[in-house]
Amino acid sequence: MARPEEHRQTERSLTMSRAMVEAIAHEMREDDAVFYMGEDVADYGGIFDSTEGLLDEFGRDRIMDVPISETAYIGAAVGAAQGGMRPIAELMFVDFFGVGMDQIYNQMAKNTYMSGGALSVPMVLTAAVGGTYNDAAQHSQTLYGTFAHLPGMKVVVPSTAYDAKGLLHTAIRDDDPVVYLFHKRLMGIGWLPAPDGPKTGVPEEAYTIPFGRADIKREGADATVVTLGLHVHRALAAADSLADDGIDAEVIDLRTLAPLDIETIRDSVAKTGRLVVVDEDYRSYGLTGEIIAGVAEGDLAALDAVERVALPDVPIPYARPMENEVIPDTDDITAAIRRVRSDE
Amino acid sequence: MLGVTELQDMYETMVMARHYEERLQEEYLEGKQPAFDISAGPIPGELHLAAGHEASGVGVCHHLRAEDSVTAPHRPHHIAIAKGVDLKAMTAEIFGRETGLSGGKGGHMHLFDPDVNFACSGIIAEGCPPAVGAGLDAKKRNADDVAVAFLGEGAIDQGAFLESLNLASVQNLPVVFVIEDNDWAISMPKERVTDVTNGAQRAAGFDLPGTRVDADDVIAISDAATDAIGRARDGNGPSLLEVQVHRRMGHFMGDAEGYRPDADKDAATRRDAIERLETKLRANDIDDETFDELRSRARDRVEEAIEWAKEQPEPEPSAAYEDVFSSPPSEEPERAPSVADTGGED
Repeated sequence: MARPEEHRQTERSLTMSRAMVEAIAHEMREDDAVFYMGEDVADYGGIFDSTEGLLDEFGRDRIMDVPISETAYIGAAVGAAQGGMRPIAELMFVDFFGVGMDQIYNQMAKNTYMSGGALSVPMVLTAAVGGTYNDAAQHSQTLYGTFAHLPGMKVVVPSTAYDAKGLLHTAIRDDDPVVYLFHKRLMGIGWLPAPDGPKTGVPEEAYTIPFGRADIKREGADATVVTLGLHVHRALAAADSLADDGIDAEVIDLRTLAPLDIETIRDSVAKTGRLVVVDEDYRSYGLTGEIIAGVAEGDLAALDAVERVALPDVPIPYARPMENEVIPDTDDITAAIRRVRSDE
Repeated sequence: MLGVTELQDMYETMVMARHYEERLQEEYLEGKQPAFDISAGPIPGELHLAAGHEASGVGVCHHLRAEDSVTAPHRPHHIAIAKGVDLKAMTAEIFGRETGLSGGKGGHMHLFDPDVNFACSGIIAEGCPPAVGAGLDAKKRNADDVAVAFLGEGAIDQGAFLESLNLASVQNLPVVFVIEDNDWAISMPKERVTDVTNGAQRAAGFDLPGTRVDADDVIAISDAATDAIGRARDGNGPSLLEVQVHRRMGHFMGDAEGYRPDADKDAATRRDAIERLETKLRANDIDDETFDELRSRARDRVEEAIEWAKEQPEPEPSAAYEDVFSSPPSEEPERAPSVADTGGED
């Protein structure tokens, strides 16, 4: 596994949004075919700072504000990609996917296959995901599992600035459609304070992180915690809190859902025997079940205990006590790790 | 023609809607100082305030009955107030309290009050199709109820809006679409995103009447709404209205509006529909004492609602699991009917 520690210890730290912007700017300088379309991405710089400052350098022809017409502009990205451009289309909130879903899953995701490989669709669909700030049912989802369920899309979920930059370079250079889901709470936006973890050292030069390589964010021998996005940081906090009690948890950050690095997870479970999967998406028919099934298919006997920690199957409620109830927090993860260790 | 009494009612409602937004702004920012944190304070999450939009909600909803349906977008408070949504329950919802309209599940973008047939969607233009459905429901019941869909001018490039115009038109449904044009879709001026900036012109493509009201004037809006709502109520089909309003605040609280020229902000503040109506009323000999009375009544209702809401309990965490279905999955075992029970012939 590629773990360029020297990069992570670089003196220069960036927020996740700055790291993303740096990758986009680099790719746009290198390749005229790269351009960015979205709502409020030009003058505003992206509601979640995903394009901040890019208008000044690249102008409106390449940092394009588009009408609130997701079907049209996501579909236009598909067509432009098939023609040889390398568009990045931003869906402001992933929750808005429904508005343009046909272009996403019937066109973008399927044209390569339906054409028997005659076409490729080298585009990136970016979207902000996640709750924890009381934005209620239509603006708080992650929908990780939905995109990963439908074949034909590579699905990326960074949890740190370092990963965000490297994965975005890879996404833009990839010849297939990539859905790049960034968590609002990790971006380092002034009005939405991030936890400490996502702001990391980031090299100034371009670098790629291959898809399908999970990253072990914390090594441990007693339990395997598999997660992604914001919950990497919550899982790390849970693992730290348990270390005092002598429970040494390993935390695996998936980084990409499709392709999925099931081998890293299986290897970890072979060592720990105990698996906790943590997801900010809905519980049923989703990522938690998929990971557990993938481990079980590899070696059912390796699993001594399993827990999943995810959103219950309810829309995300607005009021603070209810939102706190349904979105997994550090205590929920800690409790789940203790449960898989309870027979020790 | 609106009588002076009606105009006074409208003035009072507009003042109430404006005061409501100004007070919510204060409450919202409390706990978000000095560092703005969207998830902190008594009202967390996004808050889209409608100061400067009052003439639209009041001018249109003045002509509606409780049986008439309204769908509102993510900026709904002025429309809700004008439609007669329970102000205390709505305020409690915005504060995320147990006695809110939805027990705290919806929040400010998702206000639902079936008593007055009011609903919201936080997704741009997505309130339009359900409004068409409300019109269809009225038609099937042979009732003369009307449905009104409010949307911002940023929503007029959405398929959901354009498809709804077509469906309402071809089915001759009692629906009025009201575009509130505040010139800005967050940071995007309409000229940047459409070549047809007069949204009312979109009606022509679907063979229904389209009217634009340029002045942020509740009387002009009311006149246009009278025609459109009357037409729908009489069974003559849908209409499209576009009304000019002004965004006196950011898109959401916390939006620093760095993209917006100062002159545009100043102009929005100067073109005040409430002051315009006040001038009209003064010309009709309404005196200071009456204005004071109207204003204080409006403000008292707002203060009362906010005070009440803040005293309400927060929902229990476990309430999050309720209301997913109105008819939750049954615990009953399946009982297969025997052939004899079905009464079927051999």
